[in-house]
Amino acid sequence: MATWHEYFLNEGQPPEWPYPIRFGQEREIDTDVLVIGGGIAGCWAAISAARQGVRVALGEKGDVARSGSGGPGCDHWCNAPANPLSRVDPDEWAVRMADHPYSNGIGVQIQCRENYDTLLEMEQMGGKIRDTEDEYVGAEGRDEKTKFMISPRYGTNPSYLPDPHVGEPGFNPPEKRNNVVIRIWGSTFKPLLKKECKRLGVQVFDRVMGTSLLNENGVQGARVVGATGLNGRTGEFLIFHAKSVILAAAGGGSLWLMSMEHGGYSNMHSRNESGDGTAMAWKAGAALTMMEKTGMTSIATGLKHKWYTGAGDASYENVPLVDANGKRIPYPIQGWEDAGAMVPGPGIQEKIREGILRGEYELPIYGDFPAMSDVERRATWNLMLTEESTTKIMVDTLKDGGCDLSRDQLMSYKFIEGQSLPQWRSTGSSGGVLVDWNLKTTVDGLYAAGSQMFSPEDHSYCAATGRYAGRKAAAYVKEVGEGKISREQIEQEKNRIYAPTKRTSGIEWKELHNGLTRAMQYFVSEFKTERLLKMGLEEIERIETEAVPKLFALDPHKLMRSVEDLSMIEHAKIIIQAMLARKASSRPLGLNRIDYPEMDPPEWNKFLTVKQENGEIMFGELPQRFYGNMKEQYEAHNKDYTGVYTPNN
Amino acid sequence: MSEQKVYAIPNVQTPSMPVIINPDACIGCNKCVEICPIDVFIPNPKKGGPPIILHAEECWYCGCCANDCSTPGAMKFNWPLPLKPRWRNKETGVVGQL
Repeated sequence: MATWHEYFLNEGQPPEWPYPIRFGQEREIDTDVLVIGGGIAGCWAAISAARQGVRVALGEKGDVARSGSGGPGCDHWCNAPANPLSRVDPDEWAVRMADHPYSNGIGVQIQCRENYDTLLEMEQMGGKIRDTEDEYVGAEGRDEKTKFMISPRYGTNPSYLPDPHVGEPGFNPPEKRNNVVIRIWGSTFKPLLKKECKRLGVQVFDRVMGTSLLNENGVQGARVVGATGLNGRTGEFLIFHAKSVILAAAGGGSLWLMSMEHGGYSNMHSRNESGDGTAMAWKAGAALTMMEKTGMTSIATGLKHKWYTGAGDASYENVPLVDANGKRIPYPIQGWEDAGAMVPGPGIQEKIREGILRGEYELPIYGDFPAMSDVERRATWNLMLTEESTTKIMVDTLKDGGCDLSRDQLMSYKFIEGQSLPQWRSTGSSGGVLVDWNLKTTVDGLYAAGSQMFSPEDHSYCAATGRYAGRKAAAYVKEVGEGKISREQIEQEKNRIYAPTKRTSGIEWKELHNGLTRAMQYFVSEFKTERLLKMGLEEIERIETEAVPKLFALDPHKLMRSVEDLSMIEHAKIIIQAMLARKASSRPLGLNRIDYPEMDPPEWNKFLTVKQENGEIMFGELPQRFYGNMKEQYEAHNKDYTGVYTPNN
Repeated sequence: MSEQKVYAIPNVQTPSMPVIINPDACIGCNKCVEICPIDVFIPNPKKGGPPIILHAEECWYCGCCANDCSTPGAMKFNWPLPLKPRWRNKETGVVGQL
């Protein structure tokens, strides 16, 4: 007996809700720095602030031990040019990383300057970052002195695309490699981050979702002086009084696609991501940017889970792909020979497809692990794939099921799985909170880190920017006094979030979520015109006026999911407003406006910002690279940076 | 069989078994209940009993429950049927599947 229905059949009644019910009951917490979101960025923010000697509270929707996209693990510590094996200058590498339109030069500069220090602090906490047991002696990229395992990724440039010189004689020789990416044992990290939070006296609130930010005296745009939270097990209402708040609740949720029944939620990012932080920042009056950017969802479709086990994942380093007859197909192997290229160069995908149709390649395709040397195969399978995100369990399950990759080829679903529909979109790594060189938002007292910010990067980026935001917020709270919270704002928030508990029928959260995704698929998708986008806005406003008042939640968990829906509605509206405001098409923003077909016209080569003032939507603009000279700005803002933390046991 | 009691209950969530719990091995420590970021599980009302899978269809298959399970053999990851991977023996071509 393990499932709910088996329990019911055995007992003749459903189990009672296992936690106390405290709908609407208030609990007040006083702190200096409140961090909302306990993923990688949030944990590092909390730890870093606490190390500055201020009081810190951390609210997390799941349990900090394994929550967030990086909770299960991470295999690549990307873009660490300050590591001792690197052959590139951190400031130069940061400039190269930011050398594309709509980049966040602030975040990548912090990543390049500080993520190696961050990694060493992870090691201080007990995280495994070196091959100390000599498991992979002889693997390419392994350094005997430091025992670091360098990954082939970004071997020549910071891009998933192949270098144009791939295949030329002497390409990517060991003595000229960048060595900017380190292979790590990231499944060890998250429980250690929680442990360090506890050791430092951070007040950790597991199962608490942030629902709103509290502005001073309840005035939108005024200093943020706290936040409200909802416990997803008890329904308790938390009121945080804080001198400063760091938002680290990541990006958008599944706004275009919800496919739980197909194969689980199957998201690449944590299933708990639902745009709460973005919605909270918006309501508090903080400016957002790049909200009009979307892209086609490639792997989080409910069908694409096999991506990880089908030789398509970023951890399949050095794995050649072969057809059903063992013939090598010209797809990148993400290895030393192509400097870690992850996606095929121009025309290659089409060439393979044509070859399949002509009979040159026979389907299906396989990852040819037996063709690899023993040590490289082990490094790919036991280190890279095992440590990557949600894949440890997949590797273990395959091993238990009898799959032996010294002998077996793993089937890939490329081509036979089909492609995502253009209507299956995602906010991806795109829009978010606008920040300055202190990672402060446009609202006083409010900071942001990780993928809460616009145009974010990966795990080590979240770690380094979280650590940075924690330091800056701690410095801020030492200079300011307590702020005054508005009781009226709290009452309004309680009315908003507890309304679904007053009903026992109507529309449940899943139906509402699905209704929202359908509206986004129809009106905010491949075909974008002013008419369609406005119809999308009307459709979502109709959902708000007709469906939201029918939302019902039978327990605190379903209430939490219902409140997530409300965040997603808000997020969707912001996206449409931003798409309407950008009267131009843009390739890097994934925005094809049929009514403004010219791609990236020079007059629109700028960031569009969006915020609320007195409830009215205000648009603004910022030039590309508004953050200035990255090296100079970083140094001007970090004269007191002391490097790697020294623990005082 | 004629004495089997049949209840009127809604359709079972799909997929319904993100993990398979071995009730003989499980010690009911509820570590998985605490670890799961989604609250897929609730503790068994019977102390020491195996957890109950309540929100099966919300699982995002991160595997942390099984990875961090304190008791070997108590919890096994269970791929949903449409997502079960395949492999083949390179020499013999014999296909394997979970």
